[in-house]
Amino acid sequence: MNIIITISITAFIVLYAGLFKANKALLPLTVVGLLTALGFTFSAWNGNAVHFGMMQTDNFALAFSGVCIIGTLLIFLLTQNYFHAKSDNIAEYYTLILFALAGMIMMVSYKNMAMLFVGLEIMSVSLYILAGIRKKDFASNEASLKYFLMGAFSTGFLLFGITLIYGATGSFDLDKIQAYLVDNSKAISPIFYPGVILMMIGLSFKVGAAPFHFWTPDVYEGSPTLITTFMSTVVKTAGFAAFLRLFAGAFEPLHDFWAAPLIVIVCLTLFIGNVTALFQKNFKRMLAYSSISHAGYLLFSLVVVGANSQNSVLVYATAYTFASIIAFAVLILVKQKTGNDSFDSFNGLGKKNPLVALSLTIAMLSLAGIPLTAGFIGKYLMFLNVMGEYHTILVAFAILNALIGFYYYFRVIVAVWFREGAETELSTPAQYKVVLLVSVAITLILGIYPAIILNLI
Amino acid sequence: MEQLLLLIFLPLAGALITAFAGKSAKIVSTVISVVSLGLALFIACNFIPNASTQFEANLPWIADLGIRFHAGIDGISMLVVLLTNLLIPIIILSSYRHDYKNPSAFYALILFMQAGLLLVFTAMDAFLFYIGWEAALIPIYFICAFWGGKDRVRINMKFFVYTIAGSLFMLMGIIYLYLQNPAHNFDIQAFYALNLDSAQQGWIFWAFFIAFAIKMPIFPFHTWQPDTYTAAPTQGTMLLSGIMLKMGIYGVIRWLLPIVPTGVQDWSCLAMVLSIIGIVYASLIAFTQKDAKRLVAYSSIAHVGLISAGIFALNQQGLQGAMVQMLSHGINVVGLFFVLDIIFSRTKTNKIEELGGIAKSAPQLAIVFLIIVLGTVALPGTNGFIGEFLLLMGVYNYGIWAAAIAGLTIIFGAVYMLRMYQNVMLGKTNELTITFTDIQGTEKLVLYIICALIIILGVYPKPLLHLTEASVQHLLEQVNQKLTSVK
Repeated sequence: MNIIITISITAFIVLYAGLFKANKALLPLTVVGLLTALGFTFSAWNGNAVHFGMMQTDNFALAFSGVCIIGTLLIFLLTQNYFHAKSDNIAEYYTLILFALAGMIMMVSYKNMAMLFVGLEIMSVSLYILAGIRKKDFASNEASLKYFLMGAFSTGFLLFGITLIYGATGSFDLDKIQAYLVDNSKAISPIFYPGVILMMIGLSFKVGAAPFHFWTPDVYEGSPTLITTFMSTVVKTAGFAAFLRLFAGAFEPLHDFWAAPLIVIVCLTLFIGNVTALFQKNFKRMLAYSSISHAGYLLFSLVVVGANSQNSVLVYATAYTFASIIAFAVLILVKQKTGNDSFDSFNGLGKKNPLVALSLTIAMLSLAGIPLTAGFIGKYLMFLNVMGEYHTILVAFAILNALIGFYYYFRVIVAVWFREGAETELSTPAQYKVVLLVSVAITLILGIYPAIILNLI
Repeated sequence: MEQLLLLIFLPLAGALITAFAGKSAKIVSTVISVVSLGLALFIACNFIPNASTQFEANLPWIADLGIRFHAGIDGISMLVVLLTNLLIPIIILSSYRHDYKNPSAFYALILFMQAGLLLVFTAMDAFLFYIGWEAALIPIYFICAFWGGKDRVRINMKFFVYTIAGSLFMLMGIIYLYLQNPAHNFDIQAFYALNLDSAQQGWIFWAFFIAFAIKMPIFPFHTWQPDTYTAAPTQGTMLLSGIMLKMGIYGVIRWLLPIVPTGVQDWSCLAMVLSIIGIVYASLIAFTQKDAKRLVAYSSIAHVGLISAGIFALNQQGLQGAMVQMLSHGINVVGLFFVLDIIFSRTKTNKIEELGGIAKSAPQLAIVFLIIVLGTVALPGTNGFIGEFLLLMGVYNYGIWAAAIAGLTIIFGAVYMLRMYQNVMLGKTNELTITFTDIQGTEKLVLYIICALIIILGVYPKPLLHLTEASVQHLLEQVNQKLTSVK
């Protein structure tokens, strides 16, 4: 609760600071606010408090809140010169991102479906505006409109699902729904099943899983890169936490029913994401499609809900978030210098900027899932969980997809190190260095000694 | 335990130091690799040649997942550890004539790879083995793709995707074994003790075998190899052929045979046929090669085919032969690639027909090259002989027909290697070779060391055989015991 309050208050303070044109104070204020929120996250650890029956800050919620807050913090550090160059009203950026974050905290800690809906909407509405925040930019407008229409549509599915489930159980509370399923395991109301499917569709829309993924590439490409970073990392993590809370918690007794459609979604997501990413010439679009494929790996853990699946989602989401932040940070730097975000603009990056290139390489290795990076541990846990249920064919399928992934992630490495290019020297601000360093450190530490995160939840 | 940890982490620390050593990276990495060699020799001197695992380090690592840092050295490991630490300084020394761009990265990657290789060769925990397996792959990918020759990017992508495909299926097998293991850990002894039925063993055999077969490579998984060897910088080729392919052979001996003996027995006939096809096929292609480097690459496939045939014969002679031949092949092939590199650096070509008569202007090179070639074609008195003899004996015990065809490798090998030698070194000199300067400095040092090893190990192989004998015997007993108990 403290976390949401802190973040919301920070958002208002930042908004007012913007009103008085205190642009220099925005970033420090935000950082202080987020650090305070992070402090509250740590202090609530093992508390498992229930707030008004609406939210439950168990360790699952806190761990994901922590990842979201740290991720947002790093993204804020990337704002240096970024927003300033694009707009005068930069306080709105800060405020909207903070509001989105507050929504996400609700999404990862809801105990009541109403709270899921409220959190999701707070986040989504902020994101619709953020996607279209460049008022004069055509692509940005398109992204915003597409995102809004698709988002509203998917919220409709979600709401309808919630309604049906309420109709069947008479409650929005997750525990009560679960209790209903356990108590009436022989006589579950027939309207409960479509409710589950509709909620699955609604959430799949939000996390960009195939076949409900069509909005992602355009929205990711059209939005300002920093917003794309936010959407494809932190937002995605929160979306998965919400997904997991519902399906691994309340709907868990019905696992046999929803596992089959979910497997279809997983396979489609993996395959479509990977194969399409393979053919992209634009780095940003490649990351968008690769984020679809990562959604597939993350959904993997839902197919086999067990004691490990929460932890493995946390590990995977963390690994993915920080590797992506590196990739997007480098993309921003390159784009500032060369003006476009195709693969070719990365050619020869390693010659003049070895450290930036090394960070990008480590990020790509982590996204591809090479040992000694966090991404490998994430993938390994997914494979382990699925193998544990003897879905061997599914693992073999995922492995084939991982192979395709190697191919396109290594294309980036090839461009950076082995291709001849313009050899431009990037101007890397100090804050970017901090972000790269922190993200690389997290990626490597989790890859070498994942024990620190494995038992969190 | 401390020695072993030092052995593994010294190259890793060395890689870090070298990465920041700038221009003196060459010297720094040489010193570190020589110290590593000294350490390996020290361990070898204190090694008691029985079947036990010694210098064992067993530390908790990722406890929640049942992963431990469990490494140790038995006779089989000892030999490949020696090979690795012997070849790395030789490979680094052989690079002295080159001025690679970014030397600090180049030498750091070599040392990083050494750490990965040592991890593979000492790991007693399957997860650790897998980590080492990949940790050795990444540096060699960068070495070959950054410092390589024409078309290196495409060729290395093929190499990388090929090998990583194999290792991902191996990972699947490892996870399966982990789940079967009631103790839920990756310990090799626990894996040995598993009782799997023959269907399970069958598919695990394939999951592992494909990874190892790609690495060695065994026909028909070899298609990445000649291109990669040719396009790689010489040091990369040496690392690949001298040490890296031993990862596959070692993997078969250490993991495949004792864990899934029934699977091996069921499929050994196919593996044997593939190995022998590889021998004949690679030899025939080697005949037609115009480029000496490609010729050596194909001859390497033929030699590895014989080694794997010896292993799948599943008897003492075959396995012992494989052990000895791993070492000999490593030394010889590094020597061959070094000589070809020397020739290339002076004449700018490795095309056999464009060369000739080098012996006249470079008599010392002619002698050492001859010794290496003779070692490769397994002349009695050289290191190649004892290994190939044992291997053929092992294959003979498996089946006469197999030995008859596999024996062709020696005849074929002699023909194409000697013909290559003849066309390159003897005959008429031409404008390319008339000004050929003889070997000097580090070239001399490296080649003399290699020649000395070829002759010493050829004349007196007993310590080598003694080193591995007990472990190999123990391994075979384990395999046979499990085979009889499963029935």
